Amino acid sequence: MNRKLLLWLLGAGTPVLLLLLWWATSLQSTDTFFPPLKDILQSFQQLWLFAHFQSDVLVSLGNLLLGYAMASAVGVALGFVIALVLVARNVLEPLIHFLRSIPPVALVPIFISLVGFGTEMRVFSIALAALFPTLIATVDGIRSVDSGLKDVARVYRFTTVEKVTQVYLPSAAPQIFSGLQVSLQVAFVVMIASEMLGPSQGIGAMTLLAQQSFMISDMWAGILLLGVIGFAANIVFSLIRRRVLAWYIGSRRLARSS
Amino acid sequence: MKTIFSTSRTSSAATAAQPGKNAMTEEIAPADTTSAPPRLDVSHLAKTYGMGDKARTVIEDLTFTVDAGEVVCIVGPSGVGKTTLLKCLAGLHPSSSGRAAIDGRTISGPPPEMALVFQDYNRSLMPWLTVRKNLMLPLRHLHLSAAELKERCDDALAAVGLSHAEHQYPWQLSGGMQQRVAIARALAYRPEILIMDEPFASVDAQTRFDLEDLCLKIRRDFNMTILVVTHDIDEAVYLADRVVVLGSKPARVLRIVDVDLPAPRDQITTRSLPEFARQRTDVLSLIKRPA
Repeated sequence: MNRKLLLWLLGAGTPVLLLLLWWATSLQSTDTFFPPLKDILQSFQQLWLFAHFQSDVLVSLGNLLLGYAMASAVGVALGFVIALVLVARNVLEPLIHFLRSIPPVALVPIFISLVGFGTEMRVFSIALAALFPTLIATVDGIRSVDSGLKDVARVYRFTTVEKVTQVYLPSAAPQIFSGLQVSLQVAFVVMIASEMLGPSQGIGAMTLLAQQSFMISDMWAGILLLGVIGFAANIVFSLIRRRVLAWYIGSRRLARSS
Repeated sequence: MKTIFSTSRTSSAATAAQPGKNAMTEEIAPADTTSAPPRLDVSHLAKTYGMGDKARTVIEDLTFTVDAGEVVCIVGPSGVGKTTLLKCLAGLHPSSSGRAAIDGRTISGPPPEMALVFQDYNRSLMPWLTVRKNLMLPLRHLHLSAAELKERCDDALAAVGLSHAEHQYPWQLSGGMQQRVAIARALAYRPEILIMDEPFASVDAQTRFDLEDLCLKIRRDFNMTILVVTHDIDEAVYLADRVVVLGSKPARVLRIVDVDLPAPRDQITTRSLPEFARQRTDVLSLIKRPA
């Protein structure tokens, strides 16, 4: 128990220690590109709490959530179809493996030419880029559903809806969640990248603008905010996963310990 | 070479003494129980996997029947194709030729009146559902009232002695308990025909005895027709009204042996009867004898 507490303290304490170190060593800094942390935090407070909160932070997060939600829904649904319908698999699978090999950020220019610099462009870029990890993980997850469970579903004459919602979906859930986690990271990257092109709002746009206009502490403040958001998003995701996959995490832990 | 013993009703002592001669009299003598049609009728069933050069015949020619309310055990050396046979009977695999029928209807898909207990309990229970929810899952589309749903689950759990574990997950239970959950799920489904594939293969001896008695109790209480595949000859003789002895390979019926041990059967008294020893020796010698 004491050991556990110590490890936790180490985990939480190290970032705090590093921040303090940064604070102390940068206090006298006159370097243009590495302003004192004190100034950065001041900019952070001025910029994000709450002058640009609504106009930029909320816009960015809204795009992220919308694009990610679309990617998740389409990815899981399409994954089911590809895994279970033989024709769909043969038609779509090579195409998908080609498309997913393109770096997600490289898709942004296509969308700019197709739908311009607006919000639609950003949401669609995020959605398309985040689609593939979820889609591919879902296909794998559905295909590796145990044949024993499929036999049970057939013997007890489950309806098609029951097979999908009561057997395939929960059985593939661990893999689907792995895909969703990667999709979240990709969506985050594309959110920033999409804002750095064209006249636009958002955290990415603000950060780039600050850099271009030599407001270096503003730029650092933007980077800091991105880090905080990414970190928070991961924690929220982990909490949801731990809740939904409690059975899986529990059974794995038991299997490891025995 | 395709020997068919569909109606064997002779004394077991005679079978043991002169198997060959006895088999002939069986074929001549018509069955004395033909008044009711058999519940399960398997005739000339065959199963071949693959095509052309790669064709592999697992089951060559199986014929046997199971009457309503009967317990029939299928024994045979391991790898003989017993699981394949059950999958054909459960409508999971189509047969290559011949047919299997319930009440005269050819089985072409999973029949509604049948439940199957699989060999691999750890691949047949849903790990994301608690014990009780595992029992309830096959009942969803039956649209039962909440009261009946509860009653069926309570009864089934009590029958296998797992009422205390209803809120646990399968992976938190021992192997024997998991298999009992699988049996309870089948019971809650209230099938008329229960098929079990090596159901007690991976449980300890004491649990095994309990589960065997549970099987006989189910037949008595619910009047189920039960077909059990096993490689344990003692178990087959203890459980069954008739034992279908399979020979390899490919699988075919060597003999159908009537077991006329008195009911109710008891692990201690039944197993110490001289008839029990004779019956098991009878079946064992059939399996051991080179085909």
